[in-house]
Amino acid sequence: MEVRILSIVVFTPIVFGIALFFFPAERHREIRIFALAGATVALLLSLWAYFTYDQVIGGYQLVERYSWVPRLGISYHVGVDGMNAPLVLLTGIVMFTGVLVSWGIDDRPREFFGFLFILATGVFGVFVSLDLFQLFFFYEIAVFPMYLLIAIWGWKVTREYAAMKLTLYLFIGSLIAIVGGLAMYFASGAHSFSLFALEQASFSVEFQRFWFPFVFFGFAVLGGIFPVHNWSPDGHVAAPTAVSMFHAGVLMKVGAFAALRVGIMLLPEGAKFWAPLVLGLATVNVVYGAFIASIQTDFKYVIGFSSVSHMGLVILGFATLNLDGITGAGIQMFSHGVMTALFFAVVGMVYDRAHTREIPKLGGFFKAMPLVGIAFIIGGLVSMGMPGFSGFIAEFPIFMGLWQSQPIVAILAAISIVITAGYIMRVIGRVFFGEMPEEFIGKITPINNFDKIALVILSGVLLLIGVYPTIIAPLVESGARAVLALVGGA
Amino acid sequence: MAFLQAHLLTLILFSPVAGAVLLLLIPRERLQTIRWAALLVSLIPFGLALWLWFTYQPGVEGYQFVEQAIWYEAIGSSYHLGVDGISVPMVMLTTLLTPLAILISWSIEENVRSYMALFLLLETGMLGVFMSLDLLIFFVFWEIGLIPMYFLINQWGSENREYASFKFLIYTMAGSLGLLLAIQMIGVASGTFDLIAITEQWPTLNQSLTLFGLPITLAIGTVKKIAFWAFVVAFAIKVPVWPFHTWLPDAHTEAPTAGSMILAGVLLKLGAYGFLRLVLPLYPVEAKYFAGVLGFLAVLAIVLGAFASWGQDDFKRLVAYSSVNHMGFVVLGIAAAAFAQGTMQADDAVIAINGAVLQMFNHGLSAAGMFLLVGVIYDRAHTRDLNKLGGLFPVAPIYGGILIFTAMASLGLPGLNGFVSEFLVVRGSWPIFTLYTALSMLGLLITGAYILKGIAKVLHGPLNEKFLGQKMEINRREIIAMAPLMLLMLLIGVWPAWILNVINQTVKLLFG
Repeated sequence: MEVRILSIVVFTPIVFGIALFFFPAERHREIRIFALAGATVALLLSLWAYFTYDQVIGGYQLVERYSWVPRLGISYHVGVDGMNAPLVLLTGIVMFTGVLVSWGIDDRPREFFGFLFILATGVFGVFVSLDLFQLFFFYEIAVFPMYLLIAIWGWKVTREYAAMKLTLYLFIGSLIAIVGGLAMYFASGAHSFSLFALEQASFSVEFQRFWFPFVFFGFAVLGGIFPVHNWSPDGHVAAPTAVSMFHAGVLMKVGAFAALRVGIMLLPEGAKFWAPLVLGLATVNVVYGAFIASIQTDFKYVIGFSSVSHMGLVILGFATLNLDGITGAGIQMFSHGVMTALFFAVVGMVYDRAHTREIPKLGGFFKAMPLVGIAFIIGGLVSMGMPGFSGFIAEFPIFMGLWQSQPIVAILAAISIVITAGYIMRVIGRVFFGEMPEEFIGKITPINNFDKIALVILSGVLLLIGVYPTIIAPLVESGARAVLALVGGA
Repeated sequence: MAFLQAHLLTLILFSPVAGAVLLLLIPRERLQTIRWAALLVSLIPFGLALWLWFTYQPGVEGYQFVEQAIWYEAIGSSYHLGVDGISVPMVMLTTLLTPLAILISWSIEENVRSYMALFLLLETGMLGVFMSLDLLIFFVFWEIGLIPMYFLINQWGSENREYASFKFLIYTMAGSLGLLLAIQMIGVASGTFDLIAITEQWPTLNQSLTLFGLPITLAIGTVKKIAFWAFVVAFAIKVPVWPFHTWLPDAHTEAPTAGSMILAGVLLKLGAYGFLRLVLPLYPVEAKYFAGVLGFLAVLAIVLGAFASWGQDDFKRLVAYSSVNHMGFVVLGIAAAAFAQGTMQADDAVIAINGAVLQMFNHGLSAAGMFLLVGVIYDRAHTRDLNKLGGLFPVAPIYGGILIFTAMASLGLPGLNGFVSEFLVVRGSWPIFTLYTALSMLGLLITGAYILKGIAKVLHGPLNEKFLGQKMEINRREIIAMAPLMLLMLLIGVWPAWILNVINQTVKLLFG
């Protein structure tokens, strides 16, 4: 406990982010290097936290606790277990690669990286929180910079609309969740926001059934659950590359994770009662998301809707309320985070050169940028659940969980696999192969080395998990067991 | 040596991938270096497979060269490999055809490095299926082979490649979807993916499953029937069994020559292997119950495949449909054995399965050879239209001789390999499915008709004037690629015992 790793992980980004504002605005180069340094520190520490976690001992580790507002029972309380350790690492990876691919940002990089880093602190904070108040606190920190990042640096056509839509959806969602959280706080009588205290509060079954939807769906908005998912593709498309990576890669996991941590783990009886509805909605996510993705002509919308589809699988996994399903959902959160970061990085690289994202207008990019093409193919294979890649490792247990709880859903959700294969292959074929339109010939500049490093890291992680699942599966399984200990097995 | 012996399968399995990675280190413009490196790399698994062949002990019960390691403990799956008398010939076939396919790909000029790397990746995928003793690992390799094949057709195929590759992908993915769901169901029901453990408990599993606790309760019998059909459809698409075959002519015709060789030579066998390794042992009851349907479809594949082949004007399409026809015999043998399992006719079942496995090997040789020869003529004539070819025998006598030899092997001429296996299938199935077998014999007549049509249209008749003075003869590299195939065709034709012995020992243990 000598080194307070988690606090350093949480506060490194914001400290670096604020420090950035002391740089003169025009020193772009120094700003970038400083930002990269901050991201490197966060990545290394999150790797450290991931690999020092001892599965044999289990439970929460690297715990730190300080009183914050003792009168209200609020404390600063952080720790990692098998469920959130991968998410902390994910945030580190996405932050690091996000900075790398944003090297070319020339419009106010100081403010851009500054806000991005504040956002990162919010995300780290939510993942490691063991105090409900603190969790809400960081949650709002994570959502707010998103508005600025999209509205200022976003795609000119839709950025204001998308930023406003996103912010409204998420604030309303979090408001509902806060109402539920306060209800728990008062009903528990323990006068504490500590998640451990609330877990032990033994709320009545009626109470749990009544308040579960508030907390769960309030957070699940950010997880992209149907029918309140449509802020998400709009937000993805309008956001600049690194922000899309953050948004789809980690922010949606914040929603899903909070729905699990606060909704399912604190109100298990409510979860059991509402599970069929959640399963139904998430099935719509998975299948409908895939169908909608397959008819998009905008490259970025395809990926945006594919996220809706894949996040549906995460929620499906939660709603099985059994070991396989929750383990799979945990791995899927990590796998999807890395995959979608890779996707948006690729889309950004293509868009920066072609200045269009209309799939029919693109073509032949593989020859001009082979590494980008390979990276997209790897991401595509992950997304269609191809064995040998992390998507398979994640989706397989989810489906096994579904067989145990609701076999029909397994069969319905499986349809999405073929549809996904169809649209991914179509995009690969149209964008990367085929004839390159004449207007692009000779004008496609190669990507720089920072982009290359980012692509290699992201695709390497996806491949590593696919070939060697032991690197993540037992860890997440230990986390899932902790969840089940509260839910009481199923 | 001890290390080699203990990890032989892993070495065979991953040496192609390792080679593919090495290939990527060679600068992309050094085409000749890349080609030779790819060939050399592909000879490593072949050499190791020869070692496997000679150290494999026929007649010993169970799997040999077994390896097991932790892979995905959380859901009860492990990296578990092993081979028996059915898989060893398939491993041989795969490792033999890959170097030949690479040798015939010298004419590829575009993106040679990626092409060769994909081929080696494909080899690993196929080998993995033949070696897996874990259902999940089986599925992993089953799917992995799909992607390189898709890109080989999509990038290096002929005019209609986009359509063909997409159809191939969607067909097989849709097929494997059922397989995936069924594997998950089995995994949930039995708590393990280990094939040996499942083979023991799954067929006798009959307590009602609690997994269908919610609205519907399904009896275990129904569950098994659904899972059975999921398996059957996945494998039937791959074989392909009529009416699931329509992806095949497109994919084969559009694929580059070497791609067609591997597609017909090995990939189709994955389906048949799935029937033998998974369907018959896991679902003996259901297989017996539905064997008649399967046998009927096999007859349709044989007869309609032959007629379809006869009706083609495209040389490559003709050969492609012939695969439907020949693989029909494999399925017929399997169906007959499924029907006769555990009855008085078990001896006939063993003969039929022997024939089916040998037919898988033989068709691998002859189909690869035929596609190779189609590719040779296409490279020179730039057309596959039978009506534009003709009269090539005088200008290309060596090619003509080789083509006739290979076509005869494919037709089932006594003394060559096709005869031995088709005879075994027919001999084994006759007492079990007399009518079906008799009908499929009629199919053999049509086989003769289309093979002769192919030969006549290509080699005889007047020479198309366009080809006058052009060099049409097969070159040395292509002859070298053909030679091992022809040698094996003849060897199995006159002395099949060397390979049948390996197959038979295992088949007797499994199905006797």
